[in-house]
Amino acid sequence: MKRFAVVLLSALLGLSLLAGAAFAGEITIKGSTTVLPIAQACAEKFMAENPDVSITVSGGGSGNGIKALIDGTTDIADASRPIKDREIKMAEEKGIEPMDHKVAIDAVIPVVHPSNPVDNLTLDQLMKIYTGKIKNWSEVGGEDKHIAVVTRDTSSGTFETWEKKVLEGKRVLPRSIVVASAGAMNQTVANNPLAIGYNGIGYIEDNEDIETLSINGIPANTETALSGEFPVVRFLHMYTDGEPAGDTKAFIDFIFSAEGQKQVKQAGFLPVK
Amino acid sequence: MPQAGTLKGDRLPKAVIAVLASTGMAIMLFIIAFLLREGVPILQEATLGEILTGVYWYPTSDEPDFGMLPLILGSISVTLLSSLLAIPISICLAIFLSEICPRGVGELFKPVLEILSFFPSVVLGFLGMMLIAPWLQQTFQLFSGLNMFNASVLMGIMIVPIISSLTEDSLSAIPKTLRDASYALGATRMETVLKVVVPAALPGILQACLLGIMRAIGETMVVLMAAGGAAVIPRSIMDPVRPLTSTIAAEMGETPVGSVHYNALFFIGVLLLVMTLLINLLAQWIEQRGKRWR
Repeated sequence: MKRFAVVLLSALLGLSLLAGAAFAGEITIKGSTTVLPIAQACAEKFMAENPDVSITVSGGGSGNGIKALIDGTTDIADASRPIKDREIKMAEEKGIEPMDHKVAIDAVIPVVHPSNPVDNLTLDQLMKIYTGKIKNWSEVGGEDKHIAVVTRDTSSGTFETWEKKVLEGKRVLPRSIVVASAGAMNQTVANNPLAIGYNGIGYIEDNEDIETLSINGIPANTETALSGEFPVVRFLHMYTDGEPAGDTKAFIDFIFSAEGQKQVKQAGFLPVK
Repeated sequence: MPQAGTLKGDRLPKAVIAVLASTGMAIMLFIIAFLLREGVPILQEATLGEILTGVYWYPTSDEPDFGMLPLILGSISVTLLSSLLAIPISICLAIFLSEICPRGVGELFKPVLEILSFFPSVVLGFLGMMLIAPWLQQTFQLFSGLNMFNASVLMGIMIVPIISSLTEDSLSAIPKTLRDASYALGATRMETVLKVVVPAALPGILQACLLGIMRAIGETMVVLMAAGGAAVIPRSIMDPVRPLTSTIAAEMGETPVGSVHYNALFFIGVLLLVMTLLINLLAQWIEQRGKRWR
């Protein structure tokens, strides 16, 4: 019994050490589920080229990633939003200096059911739909049917972009249907002919169950997003503690390399270089 | 004569049990302390009255609102509706299993029922999203099939195995002598079941129901996926709702740690704890009453 307890305790101790600081040749990446596909694809490529380095990638959300960076339990924090002032303050208190690396660009695009005849909305119309001033599709050139407004939960990075660029800080209609993930957004819109939603470009491409809308007559695609014409775009970030060094630096450099940015593109986002 | 607890071989197991038991207790206390530590600071931003009676939930706005009334009512309404759907079915099922069906069928059915109670809720949530929601929307011409009714039906399906399995246990625990006495008085099987066995097992049945209700309040995945998530006070059962649990699940991941929003989410945790505690007290009260009934 005693021996068992000793074994159990030492195993726990070992695990907590592992979770604490990364060993040489090991990189941990945590954070936003939006950035996750990029981190995953790049990690696989990077490990294939550098077999002595092992990279652990996990999701959990931007907030959790940044918290892990502040606690020193991750080398890289993925975030689909810029770090908040409060988080910078908390980090500084612990002697951590978050450094921003903008690894990709994401466009957030309005989507509807394929049966919906509407294919373009102005920013103003979108704002009015999402604040509840426009309630019927006929007011924007569609059929005489109620609009089912679908939104992401308020703390999602995608929502934050939408709130800033489309709602201009106004409050989203309380009766809107709230979904908890990008996948759930696609499902909900695909299943509801009355719905309007929005999603990152990486989750929309090649999805035939939903249809994208143009904003102000500008279709959402790589060119319009890169040129800045498409109005709802955001950066995806990776944060490190200060200037990255060693394997972490090699990995960040890899993401900005031609091969890394190719992975960004394959994951459905827009390269920054 | 050796006293209890002084035998050499007796000391170690006693110590092990004491250590493990107090570890369990300490973990529980730490969880509560942590919840309170992270949740209570929200009261510096909003008063308890504002939180409990406010109807606007905008935790991330520039001037945030932390009204949790729609969330509390969301939790209560989904729980109530699912209990209304599940409890009659569960009790009938339990009576059937324990009193009516042939023994062989019961022995086959009971384990199946118990396995069903471990059915992953995320799968049910997925069914709600992919099958029930579009069906509800088309059939009833709703603006969305993700609503309170959808979530309650799924939650009902989830708690039926729990309630009926526990009810069946308490029905089977009623001694055979009681039934024999009833039959000896000339009662029919129906009279024996409804007037003797069920009343005798009533405290157990009520506790089974309360356990099911507690499970429903705490359930997260189904309400996250199928309830629609709108933080409004529901006016009909076809309205979308946002229960407390799904609010935590949807928002915690991206919330800056230590922010006011983070505190608010932990406060929701405190509220859930208080709600389950109240139901637990109710269960204990029923047990006390039950002793008197017998």
